[in-house]
Amino acid sequence: MQRQYSYRQLFISVYKKDVLLAFRQRSEIINPLLFFLIVISLFPLGIGPEPQLLARMAPGIIWVAALLSTMLGLDKIFRDDYQDGSLEQLLVSPYPTSLIVIAKVTAHWSITGLPLVLLSPMFGLLLNLDSNAMQAAIITLLIGTPLLSLIGAIGAGLTVGLQKGGILLSLLVLPLYIPVLIFATSAIDTSAMSLDYTGQLAILGAMLAIALVMAPFAVSSALKVSVS
Amino acid sequence: MWKWLHPYAKAQTAYRLCNTLLPYFAVVAVASIIIGWVWGLGFAPADYQQKDSYRIIFIHVPSAILSMGAYSSMAIAAFIALVWQLRNAELAVIAIAPVGAAMTLIALITGAAWGKPMWGAWWVWDARLTSELILLFLYLGVISLYNAFEDKGSAGRASCILALVGAINLPIIHFSVEWWNTLHQGATITKFDGGAIDASMFWPLMVNILAFAAFVGTVVLMRLKNEILLREKHRPWVKGLITNQTQLENQNVGDKNAV
Repeated sequence: MQRQYSYRQLFISVYKKDVLLAFRQRSEIINPLLFFLIVISLFPLGIGPEPQLLARMAPGIIWVAALLSTMLGLDKIFRDDYQDGSLEQLLVSPYPTSLIVIAKVTAHWSITGLPLVLLSPMFGLLLNLDSNAMQAAIITLLIGTPLLSLIGAIGAGLTVGLQKGGILLSLLVLPLYIPVLIFATSAIDTSAMSLDYTGQLAILGAMLAIALVMAPFAVSSALKVSVS
Repeated sequence: MWKWLHPYAKAQTAYRLCNTLLPYFAVVAVASIIIGWVWGLGFAPADYQQKDSYRIIFIHVPSAILSMGAYSSMAIAAFIALVWQLRNAELAVIAIAPVGAAMTLIALITGAAWGKPMWGAWWVWDARLTSELILLFLYLGVISLYNAFEDKGSAGRASCILALVGAINLPIIHFSVEWWNTLHQGATITKFDGGAIDASMFWPLMVNILAFAAFVGTVVLMRLKNEILLREKHRPWVKGLITNQTQLENQNVGDKNAV
């Protein structure tokens, strides 16, 4: 079949479509952020408002909240396209599925991950993070949230054909998030002691690179299983 | 080699192979479980420090080894199923997953029972315990993904993909957790000459590992047979198998009635 668009055009058009759809229905962007805010405000209520304690717990709280709020939007990556049939059309088009997957995952990250990164200084203030740790939190979120979107897309691809995929999706994906959680929180912890945390960042970056290479293939084969 | 392997892509041949292998695995499993448990629990000397409570090693270590071994064989089967599109390998993944999950659960429970007298706590957030727990989650993910699909064909392929993704992640998870926290003792059997363990405890442990391996093999073969029959239930050879069996049973009943 003749290809009408270059790969770049394809990427941009898929990406634009997803982001545009999200902006037309703003609750999709705002709800995960609100959820993140609420989860974070639950912790001081649950464990007590002492600033020292909160600063000690903050890396874990921020990251667990980030994992959970990413989970909220995951189901949406492919679900709407699957239901109106456009996902099937994308799969039978003469373009590589993994490229389409990368475009959709990037769109998902710009909708859920990026706002989280941008607003994280505010959340850090709520939890009494000092400026060193705050910087580390922003950087780890910047590297880590695309990773969450990529890994999560595998689970989303596997469960898109199912009626009640939501809970199953979190069962499949959350165990795979554990390394990200460990290294990100340890980077923030190390920075709070004003030590060098480039090691943890390097590992996070390496995981992002591996996921960027391999996850799109896993997602596209998962989609082929779900759609067929 | 391919010519030799090729017939086993057919369900009927694979079913027959399961049937021939099953008795060997079953005999080895039963015999070595009896020998291993009697030897390990009854005759091996007590530990000078941990006294008799160390004896749980004869269940804990083999099940932990097999929990990981089962996952790797499941991942290999998943790889074969996805690359060469062999349906029997898909079925093998489904056959292995619950057995591996059971082994992981046994390892966790015996580990908790061992940890209580030794460390003074049922559960500690130690690296090995945590990665074993995550292994259990990965198994449960594969099983529940398979059960979630109505169409068992795509269910098999989906769980193969998940098993492979898990297999790639498992080392990363393992090392990240290890790096995060460690309390569990290092591996006891690093060298085959026994390493840090005395021969009088080493050999019963080896017999028990063999026993668990054979036991897992037996159960997986039985489950694989069932899966093949379930998946192929509309094929004539399965129908023939069942009617033959019922005929035999009827004959037996008839004989008894005659007597």
